[in-house]
Amino acid sequence: MTRAPAIEQAFRDEWGRVVASLIGFLGDFDLAEEAAQEAFAVAAERWPRDGVPANPGAWLTTTARNRAIDRIRRERVLARKTRELDVEEAVEEETMDETVFPDERLELIFTCCHPALALDAQVALTLRTLGGLSTESIARAFLVPEPTMAQRLVRAKRKIKAAGIPFRVPPDHLLPERLAAVLAVVYLIFNEGYGAGEELAREATRLGRALALLMPDEAEVHGLLALMLLHESRREARVRGGQLVLLADQDRSQWDGAAIAEGRAALDRALALGRPGPYVIQAAIAALHTEDEVDWPQIVALYTELARRTGSPVVELNRAVAVAEADGPAAGLALLEELDLPGYRYLDSARADLLRRLGRTAEARAAYRQALRQTTAPHERAFLERRLTELPVDDAGPLA
Amino acid sequence: MNYILLIYSHEAPDAWARLSESEQQALLQEYMDIHQLPETTGGAQLQPSTTATTVRVENGETLTTDGPFAETKEVLGGFYLVEADDIDAALEIAARIPAARMGGSIEVRPLVER
Repeated sequence: MTRAPAIEQAFRDEWGRVVASLIGFLGDFDLAEEAAQEAFAVAAERWPRDGVPANPGAWLTTTARNRAIDRIRRERVLARKTRELDVEEAVEEETMDETVFPDERLELIFTCCHPALALDAQVALTLRTLGGLSTESIARAFLVPEPTMAQRLVRAKRKIKAAGIPFRVPPDHLLPERLAAVLAVVYLIFNEGYGAGEELAREATRLGRALALLMPDEAEVHGLLALMLLHESRREARVRGGQLVLLADQDRSQWDGAAIAEGRAALDRALALGRPGPYVIQAAIAALHTEDEVDWPQIVALYTELARRTGSPVVELNRAVAVAEADGPAAGLALLEELDLPGYRYLDSARADLLRRLGRTAEARAAYRQALRQTTAPHERAFLERRLTELPVDDAGPLA
Repeated sequence: MNYILLIYSHEAPDAWARLSESEQQALLQEYMDIHQLPETTGGAQLQPSTTATTVRVENGETLTTDGPFAETKEVLGGFYLVEADDIDAALEIAARIPAARMGGSIEVRPLVER
């Protein structure tokens, strides 16, 4: 599908908002998506001829609403809605540009990420309705056959309707838990994209920006946006010649300065709001990594706090690696040996690295091999294999 | 919308007997309170699953067997019918049911509206 750049841009920028507004109005996901698709098709036909309207979002929403109203009138399928629709007249096309529709993307994302839906359905629905990704590309990103993904979306939409999942921002007493669920979905989309295609990571960042705009008082929202931007800023430098490049060895000129600046600004806003949560702490760590002189003791302190909050052994692993930088490899290794993370490949690769630095070559070799057995990503394998071959060969310790 | 809150728990007849009288009273009161919520439109506690009888009709013949249809660790112990604005309101009532915090679970199902 090829569209003119202006239309492509409007599609990207406006899809989520148009669909959200239509779902709010129609109370039906499928009808909303169909109407939005029709409106975008009309735009693709008219805009190249007549020019892009001053307010593309309002134009698209109004056109989609009118199409939906026409369809409902014709088909009379939504008996419940027709009473309202008899009163509500279609907006005249001339006034479209001035019409301001409320932004209902927040209502939509809280609906998509409702805990009554399975996590994989939350992710798929968020990408489909807010991101406008096709079922095919979502299926490809999550390595499932397209019919499986289509079925997942159908089932989720059906449950929203049948089980009465509300289209709203949750009330205060539910908000902390529900916001955590929304942020988890966005971060999961980001991480999925971080390892593989860029599209998902870009989409997650876009969702993060929208959330930060719509919930400006939530520190964790800014924290997550900062975390994603700071990670994303290093994408180009992470892999060189098919091999993973560690942070310390990365070519800093390849880092995206604009993303780092935007990430730092988001982190500053988060810190100004106080009560930093896990995303803010992780963003602060990511920001420290972008400094010329990395402040390892400060990173250790942040990981200590994060470990206390989350109780996650993966965080403990990161903390041990930071301790190795701050206090030497022996101190880091001592912490690693206490961790209970069987079969976790980064534990073995971290152990291997510290053993190598301590000159315990035979043990390092065994740990690299153990890590390789658990690693499938080609650029990570290439990195581990190079490290393995670089180990000195003269050491024939008991484990060699 | 109308929902049924199905209360599943491990059937342990002596668990109830092990509670003190005041603990039993407090629990019964909690169940009564939920029963008297404005949203609650019905509900019942069931006799133990050992009293269940299952009926099936095959080729016109009625087959009657002792016990519940499915042998599972958790059994249906009772239910409430509630009328709530949306699933969030129903989930909040479900979370108040004592069985939910005592090792059991509550299945929330919307009813078919006709």
